[in-house]
Amino acid sequence: MTSITYLEAIRAAQAHALKEDSRVFIYGQDVGAFGGAFKATKNLAKEFPGRVMDSPISEDAMIGMAIGAAIEGMRPIVEMQFADFSTCGLNQIANHAATLFYRTEVPCPLVVRLPSGGTSGGGPFHSQSLEAIYAYFPGLVVMTPGTVEDAYTMLLEAINIDDPVIFCEHKFLYYHLKAESLPTTALPANKARVTRPGRDATIVTYSAMLHESLAAAAELSQDGYEIEVVDLRSVKPLDTDTILASVARTGRLLVVSEAFPWGGVAAEVIARVTAEGFGLLDAPPQRLNAKDTPVPYHPALWGTHRPTASTIASALHRLLKL
Amino acid sequence: MEQQANNNCKSTTTGGTLEIASDLYCQAYRLMLTARLLEEKLAALKRSGKIVGGVFLGRGQEALSVALGIHLRKGDIYAPLIRDQAGRLAFGEGMLDALRTYLGSALGSMRGRDGNIHRGRPREGYFAMISHLGAMVSAVCGALIARRFRGETSIVGATCIGDGGTSTGSFHEGLNLAAIEKLPLVVVVANNQYAYSTPNSSQFACHHLVDRAIGYGITGHRVIGNDLADCLKVLQKAVAAARTGGGPQLVVADLLRLIGHADHDDASYITEAQKQSPLGRDCLILAQNTILEKRWMSQEELDLWQKEIEVEIEATTTRVLREPAPDPEEELWIPFATSHIHSES
Repeated sequence: MTSITYLEAIRAAQAHALKEDSRVFIYGQDVGAFGGAFKATKNLAKEFPGRVMDSPISEDAMIGMAIGAAIEGMRPIVEMQFADFSTCGLNQIANHAATLFYRTEVPCPLVVRLPSGGTSGGGPFHSQSLEAIYAYFPGLVVMTPGTVEDAYTMLLEAINIDDPVIFCEHKFLYYHLKAESLPTTALPANKARVTRPGRDATIVTYSAMLHESLAAAAELSQDGYEIEVVDLRSVKPLDTDTILASVARTGRLLVVSEAFPWGGVAAEVIARVTAEGFGLLDAPPQRLNAKDTPVPYHPALWGTHRPTASTIASALHRLLKL
Repeated sequence: MEQQANNNCKSTTTGGTLEIASDLYCQAYRLMLTARLLEEKLAALKRSGKIVGGVFLGRGQEALSVALGIHLRKGDIYAPLIRDQAGRLAFGEGMLDALRTYLGSALGSMRGRDGNIHRGRPREGYFAMISHLGAMVSAVCGALIARRFRGETSIVGATCIGDGGTSTGSFHEGLNLAAIEKLPLVVVVANNQYAYSTPNSSQFACHHLVDRAIGYGITGHRVIGNDLADCLKVLQKAVAAARTGGGPQLVVADLLRLIGHADHDDASYITEAQKQSPLGRDCLILAQNTILEKRWMSQEELDLWQKEIEVEIEATTTRVLREPAPDPEEELWIPFATSHIHSES
């Protein structure tokens, strides 16, 4: 294997799970013979007859079906065609799947794959990052892998976890993010990773913004600043220890998220650092989110709506002067 | 029962001439009586402040509810709704689980984490409803698909809903999914004329809810909801059809809720004309009259049953009232099943 994309890693993880665990099946719109809107299930229906099932356009029933199957001991993977459409299944996710174990002591091991985040031309209904909505509800695990290796190992872990997992995979990374090979070892999904060590400021980020943040950190290194980049990997559970340890080293915090700003992951990280690590801070913690409007269609607007390496670098320069 | 304006509804069936055995009828009656007396006790416990939160009673709906539960077997899937005490008892729930959940006993299946009718034992195929109407339909579909993966046959999944619940997207999506997958699902609709206070006229515009079966491509059944014999016949037929490969079955009962939506509702919106109509007749009294008229049991025997049930209710209530409440200090406050996910600080 010369290289594998983020999308191929997601397909490979599902193939592996289907092969190794007879309890696993996939349910989603166009996932069968067609192989999915993004081809994340390409050829899987042929390789695993009867276990990759096309669903009607019924997000509520898709999740409800997965809940019933999970109660009966299966490990369903539900593919939402776009994360945006998962709001049509929100009731089953938030009120049924998330509450089941707490209410009944019966685990609800299902995975909902959300093709998330913006791509050029996606517009308001095919671009959203909804991790904060799902992280809000007790009982849900929310994963936001930003690397090919994590996409593979975290999806395998998501399938093995006994709780409902919202797996936010980023569409922008699907085709262009590549790795040499699939990993053979894995960091547990509940651990953040220090992707780039530094000393002058910490960026806490996740998913596609990891790469914009790394590019910004590289740019600032040319000015002599060493920026530490922490990849959350999962937003729930949130690895507060790794965040606080990084802030202890740098004294400055910028949280970068592609999601809307109000009450989101960036707000939660800053709330925790402020409450639990106030004494570690040399400057007020900052956040950089997408703008507080729907995600616009036109590439010129979209490119400004979301954080980029350039806007992250500007935010870092401001933070370093505070 | 008589077919009404369903001439174009080829797949709609009714109870017909099927005969119901007297022992099944009497067994169903005893479960109905148990449900009625247990619910009267629950209402009294609510009035005396022993129950916190709502008390939802199934008065007038016991015949329909029991007729579904009694035709299910161990190993089937059952997802009852709020007025299904009789069906729950018939499916095998003891009154202990009901009283423990209503009274918030730490020893109950929900351990004080959920209450009243939000109870079940999902591992035993007895699903715990959520309040969002229609949500259980697709969940039962999923359980049936899991059984299909495991190669289990002769399984039935059943769930209940009201006239109001049929207006939800969830109900539609679930029933459509069941139809596509040809699942052995029975959905019982208790059309008790009101969704809380909203009458049928503000809930749907089709002639009869059973007509919806045509749209889904599944079999529809109409049943007289306060006639125990009709309920037993129709549900026997529907459950058997689902069990033997007939696909999803939609059973719609016409009846009247003889009480408010919950203990706080005086049901003043139910009209006098409805109360006086055939719909307003109490299924429990009708069933008792039938048993006596047909001389299947004597009044003395029925009185003895009532005493036995009352003794069991009193004994179980006394026992549960002595049980511990959940202790917030002992509560782990963890919503996750996976151990390493707990570690979030």
